Amino acid sequence: MKASSRLLNSSLSKLDGSIHEQRMRSGTTLREKMAAAAMVPIFGQNVSDKYDLVPDWTSREVSTGTTIMAVEYDGGVVIGADSRTTTGAYIANRVTDKLTPIHDRIFCCRSGSAADTQAIADVVTYQLGFHSIELDEPPLVETAANLFKASCYRYREELTAGILVAGWDRRKGGQVYCVPIGGMLVRQPVSVGGSGSSYIYGFMDSNYKPGLSKDQCLELTAAALSLAMERRRLQWRRGQTGKHL
Amino acid sequence: MGLSSHFFSYENHNVRLYKGSTNAAPLPAASITSFTSRKHKPSFNKMATLTVSRPLFGGFSFENCKRNALLEGEANKVGCSLPAARKTGTTICGVVFKDGIVLGADTRATEGMIVADKNCSKIHYISPNIYCCGAGTAADTEMTTQIISSNLELHALSTGRLPRVATANRMLKQMLFRYQGYIGAALVLGGVDCNGPHLYSIYPHGSTDKLPYVTMGSGSLAAMAVFEDRYKPDMEEEDAKRLVRDAIAAGIFNDLGSGSNIDLCVITKGKVDYIRPHDEANKKGVRTGDYKYKRGTTGVLTKAVTPLALEVVEETVQTMDTS
Repeated sequence: MKASSRLLNSSLSKLDGSIHEQRMRSGTTLREKMAAAAMVPIFGQNVSDKYDLVPDWTSREVSTGTTIMAVEYDGGVVIGADSRTTTGAYIANRVTDKLTPIHDRIFCCRSGSAADTQAIADVVTYQLGFHSIELDEPPLVETAANLFKASCYRYREELTAGILVAGWDRRKGGQVYCVPIGGMLVRQPVSVGGSGSSYIYGFMDSNYKPGLSKDQCLELTAAALSLAMERRRLQWRRGQTGKHL
Repeated sequence: MGLSSHFFSYENHNVRLYKGSTNAAPLPAASITSFTSRKHKPSFNKMATLTVSRPLFGGFSFENCKRNALLEGEANKVGCSLPAARKTGTTICGVVFKDGIVLGADTRATEGMIVADKNCSKIHYISPNIYCCGAGTAADTEMTTQIISSNLELHALSTGRLPRVATANRMLKQMLFRYQGYIGAALVLGGVDCNGPHLYSIYPHGSTDKLPYVTMGSGSLAAMAVFEDRYKPDMEEEDAKRLVRDAIAAGIFNDLGSGSNIDLCVITKGKVDYIRPHDEANKKGVRTGDYKYKRGTTGVLTKAVTPLALEVVEETVQTMDTS
């Protein structure tokens, strides 16, 4: 029973090629995933060939091909994200708000599958709100991060969600927690995420110093995100074959 | 963590396994095999909710997938293929204007390469103040909207208030997420409630976007092009109707999966205008010629009349019920 189920499991994960490929290399763009497995359903047949009237991208899962970032400073956090949601090569929403409030002073930055991250954020908002009422005081950022981790780790096989949890509480001040795909939890003073983050690791390493002020953090975030978005735009264009700029 | 069982089907599936469910086949959902070894206390404590409707639990049952795959393989070997699900290769869109919402849709339903229905209705009723356009698999959009409409009506009776668009959105997205994209319903949900007009786009996997103008379906690119060019915030009703009409027309004339007529639905506070059809963009043409020949075209050479002597054997009279 376990063997047959594992077979079904592996073919299920091919269904959304993003889960399978993304586990192997973080920072993979959706473009590469599309090229690798053209949305092959579980039965090994490419259904989209029969129905030429309905193009591929209508059946693709909506993904936030993203760059998100969060920085701690003394007294709070600065968070930032781009605003693009894609289904394949089509931009489904060009004004997405990827910075989702979880509580009054706690936000999360969402990357990965739009449906998965929205669902997880809704669940955690509910759980944290309930917990906060029980506690009768504002919840800790670490609590919120642990709730994200619990959901992301338990359902790690089914979900594609990379989340940055950032906020302020009275005990530890501004905090940033990183919950990448797979469900790890680690606190970092500065963190970037999403498929566009690979372009700015070098920039972050050289430009971030501990002890920045709020305005410096805002500038750093703006600069880093613009860089990543520009690089992603150029990478996409160079990757196109047969189409022209 | 038991609270999440309300939203994720996987836990409920676990519970069913333990209870020796009638799903005799290998696994309901292979993706949860890794959890069977854990001792999992079934948790049914849900917070008191206002929904009196029957709670949907369990997710997609993957039991017959292997069998279907084998059947499809065998059918293909012989040369025939399984019947195609009817998809509405569609253009649907919605826009927020000054006083409310305008929803628009084409009316073509396709089955593979053939038009199955030349005049199908893609704007579905959810509640008196909320309507929903559906693209994707026709059965899925139809049933999903009917289920949520029913649940929303019970919810409204429970609260005693007119339902809100955000509630419908929540119900739809949670249901679609539970089925992990297997319900092929891409929806444009719009309505006017106590907080004003709202417009949502809902994708089959369960993600939603709240926007001032949205398009979905195979013709959505053509329609979005029109919106991006001519949308302005706070339009008048006539301008909004014209914009939506043009957007759907762009989808109809530039996308093979969309066609026939344009339906509109204008929702304002206290009034709904369901205009079907608003514009008959593709009317069936009138034949200009006729293949009938006039009497006398063929000349008669000889004529012979032979009367047949027929005997009436039996006579029955059947009265028509014209009441």
